[in-house]
Amino acid sequence: MKTTRLAQLASLAVVGSMALAACGSDNTTGSTSAEGSSSSASASESAATECFSGTLNAEGSSAQKNAIEEAIASYGEACKDAKLNYNPTGSGAGIKQFIAGQVDFAGSDSALKTEGKDGAQSEAVAAEAFCGSPAWNLPMVTGPIAIAFNVKGVDKLTITPAVAADIFSGKITTWNDAKIAEINKGVTLPATAIKVFFRSDESGTTENFTKYLKAAAPEGWTADASKKWTGAGEGKEKSAGVAEGVKSTDGGVTYVEWSYAKDNKLGIASVDNGAGAVELTGESVGKAVAVAEQAGTGNDLALKLDYATKEAGAYPIILVTYEIVCSKNKDAEKGKNIKAFLKHFASTDVQKGLEEIGYAPLPKEVEDKVLTAIDALS
Amino acid sequence: MSTSITGHSAIDDLPDPEGHGPHEGDRASTSRWGDRLFGGAAKASGLFVVLLVTLVGLFLIVQAVPSLLNNEANFLTSTEWVPSGAEPRFGIAALLWATVITSVIAMLIAVPLGVAVALFITEYAPSWLSKPAAVIIDLLAAVPSIVFGFWGLTIAGQYFQPVQDFLAGTFGFIPFFKDSGFSAKSTLAFAGIILAFMILPIITAISREVFNQVPTPHKEGALALGATKWEMIRTAVLPFGKPGVISGAMLGLGRALGETLAVMILLSTLNPSAPWSFSIFNGGETFASKIALNAGEFDSPQKTGAYIAAGLVLFILTFIVNSIARVVINRRKAFSE
Repeated sequence: MKTTRLAQLASLAVVGSMALAACGSDNTTGSTSAEGSSSSASASESAATECFSGTLNAEGSSAQKNAIEEAIASYGEACKDAKLNYNPTGSGAGIKQFIAGQVDFAGSDSALKTEGKDGAQSEAVAAEAFCGSPAWNLPMVTGPIAIAFNVKGVDKLTITPAVAADIFSGKITTWNDAKIAEINKGVTLPATAIKVFFRSDESGTTENFTKYLKAAAPEGWTADASKKWTGAGEGKEKSAGVAEGVKSTDGGVTYVEWSYAKDNKLGIASVDNGAGAVELTGESVGKAVAVAEQAGTGNDLALKLDYATKEAGAYPIILVTYEIVCSKNKDAEKGKNIKAFLKHFASTDVQKGLEEIGYAPLPKEVEDKVLTAIDALS
Repeated sequence: MSTSITGHSAIDDLPDPEGHGPHEGDRASTSRWGDRLFGGAAKASGLFVVLLVTLVGLFLIVQAVPSLLNNEANFLTSTEWVPSGAEPRFGIAALLWATVITSVIAMLIAVPLGVAVALFITEYAPSWLSKPAAVIIDLLAAVPSIVFGFWGLTIAGQYFQPVQDFLAGTFGFIPFFKDSGFSAKSTLAFAGIILAFMILPIITAISREVFNQVPTPHKEGALALGATKWEMIRTAVLPFGKPGVISGAMLGLGRALGETLAVMILLSTLNPSAPWSFSIFNGGETFASKIALNAGEFDSPQKTGAYIAAGLVLFILTFIVNSIARVVINRRKAFSE
């Protein structure tokens, strides 16, 4: 009897210490990332913010999750009574909840669709019906999509749209293919097989990346842009999955948000749209946003990105995520609160801070337009 | 005061101190309040569960039928999955294959292993070891499935690579083992192995329970007749425990079929133009992982319905598996009573 109890205690101790050890290793990574975010939060503290007390709920795109959380953290520091929640369930779910009146505003990878799908009412019409006023798309977070690769011995790579289309549709199968070598003179490319990883879930990243391929290399990429991958390769779950796949596979390549490529220390290809190779930086992304046309009217700032842009120094593969709001809120108090928070989010300080976590700040001219639109909210 | 223990005494005919008449029943001899209350609550709980399952089934059917009617492809035999658009085409063949093959692999590993572990705990282990060993096995059941998934992805997966390379290299001429260019940690075979770990505790726990119930006279009889320990287990323990092992295995299978997170993290999905393959070293999607993966983007009733139709098939599949387990358990009851 005594021995049994002792053994039970011993086994408990073993299990307990294993659990503790697991926690320990978790903590180290957790604390470093926490430090990183807190330092950038303090950088944007100085903004003069209008405060409110109460709760705002938002839901939608997971692509802007880190950015909006950063903005919420810095807003919360300035305004202790304000409580904001963002639920990153995906753009589709966010818009649905917004139209159903479950959340105060939605985050989305694409502007409200003006055409209905499968005979259903279009998103824009449904949102307007719910709001009783037009719903506006406000570009807020720019997330560049990196072409991330892991090829032993290669840390600099340039890719043209045509080559990208061939790689991601499976027409080029090895890294030392003549087409890749031609635009990467001076780089020794191994004969490793190219392993393409794609997002197995439906994703705004896939949609924007295929939009880019379709626009910039229409001969190489014939499939229509869609949230579901139509090219070659093997699918992995979410951004974390594809980044992990590339990281653990020699010869792997994928398209993924900048932050994931940076965090996993993957190689990031420069893109040559015809005006020379452009490296992925906050500035080069801002340039591409600045040359985008406005698709919406007035204060509806839905953008029409020019993926095939030949603007020198503009990185063309970008994803602009929007905050979708009612231009006139039924609840005036809510409207004021939304306005206060978005103003903070669009402020130069907060936008600058986003670059550290893998987003690009809005260029000045777009930021001004967004702030004007926010001022017109009620 | 004197009362007689048997028979009738005068005092019985007098009112008691509270004024009740003599020998008066409480008029509720067969259904007291407590009985009625408890019986009613139990009945309501039972009915509630039945109603719940019925409603879930009904919900799935109602949501799925309109999409199924629009489907341009054969729902049962097609491997396409284009659930939205003007001409939706979707079928569950690929999903069914991936779901069944991963579960079968899991069963092939977990059932023999689980039975062996249970036999060790009940028959071979010294008594000071058997209890803690049982506790630790049960702890496996408490590990969340996402932990299994990450463990497989980041740690265990790399050690499976040589195994896959060997099998694919040696037996690659059999379509079943054909190399499909997927890294080992993202194949159906490896997902099956991880599933095996996840269902091991269920199978072990139930097997242990029935092995413990083998009547000692059976075992001692076998030993008295000169059987070795292994022969005793083969002739007395295993036949007695067989129905229990089978029902444990079925419950495990039910879990393997419906497991979502670990499978979703591990399995690489196929691209839409990938050719059909019977290889276990291929990627794929199970019912549960596909639904979970795309749940965030159910943006039209047509699309939602298609996924719900897939969920309905999984519901029916699990239902069948559990029914078989029930039947086996019931048959076992008939023997022991």
